[in-house]
Amino acid sequence: MSKKTYLQALNEALRQEMERDDKVFIIGEDVGRFGGCFGVTQGLFTQFGEGRVMDTPITESAIVGTAAGAAASGLRPVAELMFVDFIGVAMDQLFNQACKMRFMFGGKAKVPMTLRMPQGAGIGAAAQHSQSLEAWFMHIPGLKVVIPSTPYDAKGLLISAIRDDNPVVFLEHKLLYGVEGEVPDESYTIDLGKADVKREGADVTIVATSLMVHTALAAAEKLAAEGISAEVVDPRSLQPLDKATILASVEKTHALVIAHEAVGFAGPGAEIAAMVAEEGLEFLDAPIRRVAAPFCPVPFSPPLEQAYIPGVDDIFNAVKTIR
Amino acid sequence: MSPDKKTLVKMYETMSRIRLFETKLQEFFAAGRIPGFVHLYIGEEAVATGACAGLTNADKITSTHRGHGHLIAKGGDLKLMMAEIFGRKTGYCKGKGGSMHIADFDLGILGANGIVGGGGPLALGSALASKYSKTNAVTVCFFGDGASNQGTTQEALNMASAWKLPLVFVNENNGYGISCPQCKSMAVTDIADRAAAYDMPGVVVDGNDVLAVFEAVTEAVKRARHGEGPSLIECKTYRWRGHFEGDACTYRCDEELKEWMAKDPIPRMEEKLLESGVLKKKDVEAIRARIEQEVKDAVDFAEGSPLPSPAELLEDVYA
Repeated sequence: MSKKTYLQALNEALRQEMERDDKVFIIGEDVGRFGGCFGVTQGLFTQFGEGRVMDTPITESAIVGTAAGAAASGLRPVAELMFVDFIGVAMDQLFNQACKMRFMFGGKAKVPMTLRMPQGAGIGAAAQHSQSLEAWFMHIPGLKVVIPSTPYDAKGLLISAIRDDNPVVFLEHKLLYGVEGEVPDESYTIDLGKADVKREGADVTIVATSLMVHTALAAAEKLAAEGISAEVVDPRSLQPLDKATILASVEKTHALVIAHEAVGFAGPGAEIAAMVAEEGLEFLDAPIRRVAAPFCPVPFSPPLEQAYIPGVDDIFNAVKTIR
Repeated sequence: MSPDKKTLVKMYETMSRIRLFETKLQEFFAAGRIPGFVHLYIGEEAVATGACAGLTNADKITSTHRGHGHLIAKGGDLKLMMAEIFGRKTGYCKGKGGSMHIADFDLGILGANGIVGGGGPLALGSALASKYSKTNAVTVCFFGDGASNQGTTQEALNMASAWKLPLVFVNENNGYGISCPQCKSMAVTDIADRAAAYDMPGVVVDGNDVLAVFEAVTEAVKRARHGEGPSLIECKTYRWRGHFEGDACTYRCDEELKEWMAKDPIPRMEEKLLESGVLKKKDVEAIRARIEQEVKDAVDFAEGSPLPSPAELLEDVYA
């Protein structure tokens, strides 16, 4: 166990999986000598060579399709798109091809591919390099959606994603790359579909993902100062979704706030709210609140971008309307 | 490379099998006995047949929405095909794919694609896997004239060439992207010309001459297998039927159809085999009778097979 950044944890997961299984390889734009757009694949080219860390042309459909075709042919690719926003170019290869192969062709195909994509606002990258698109992916049968918030989770979840026999979209947040935490040096897995209670509390459940887990934890501190005990639940994967942990928390606290950086309308929070309304309405003694980005593209100018990203006060105030 | 007698006869049989199988589908569709819709390959049999005749079982293909011919040419079982098209649980895809997605992964077919141009990137992955694992297998990517205009196809051509992947692009140019004629959808007359842009061989062949297709693809496969990279083979052909069964074909004239029907690949091959003495008239009749029986057996199998149960709906979504 030692302190590592989220980025180092991801890098270590990739390295250890590539050392363990020679079917694992990396494919994407500038993932080789350059080390990846944000540096996640740094050093891997030197260690494993161009045969296993493959720089592609700027050709997202071909990257995702190559990963799908190679996975269906028995390999275990880890593809990287520089920004999740670029998935629009390649979406067909993901949702119509990779995710339907098994179902459409009689259960014979296995498509063990991982597609890593950084998302999120906060670096002034504007509307086409800053989105949070997890809701798009949650809507695709055949796909798993993983969204880690801490270095520990990032490593264990990435290893599980690589070992999973299905297409997995792995959504990293750019602002988390530098976050530090304790991470075991050895390889370990975290089951996909297992939520983690990041802070225990009694008065309100805050379900948060990715960067918003940290924002929610800060809000919980502030609420504690006012005598409100908030429980913060991080689903860690949105498909499969750990309904049981969320429902158990709501049963205990009787109140639910959902926080994510994706836009609110038809966002992941809508699904979580609907699930709790359907399966745990009797647990609630207050309306469900959602804290999310507004329904607009991500803006460039710093004050606009800061207004766009949900903050500690947004979560704090949402809780205060029901507690 | 000239095919041996066994291969010649096999190619004749394969083309006949595709024709008789699909003629039966045409009849069934008209009678309302097939759910959904079907895209028939009648008239284009020489392309899949010639392209697959030189492949080994380890070689891979990617197929299209007009994919029955590819599957039969790769060794598909008519019973499992007919059952799939009838939506039965005994079909290749357990009734979940239907005519448009009929494929057998065990035969090295990475799917039959309902998205025009969808197969190119997948073929890259398949070819990359062969190179990565040093299996010596080659992937053949079938795509139409319509698909040749899709970005995915251009991306696949580019990356296959840049990475010298063992991949052969077989273009089935039947002259129309649904209703849109080639002259309205691209400025080039020969799609094979586009190979030059990717520094790979581009060859135009008579797609209704199974031997010409065989020779061109075999050469390209040999090249790919020796690590010399991809090729683009354009096979000029024609679909006798509409884009789908029920298409009124208002966008083309009868004269054009008649011209192409006169170039039917199956009698052309039959004449060659009779003239050269490879087959006698009675052999031809016996082959036909045998395939008719195969088709009949396939129909009996399909009709005798159970429909899937709604309980199977959620199976195979995840591995």
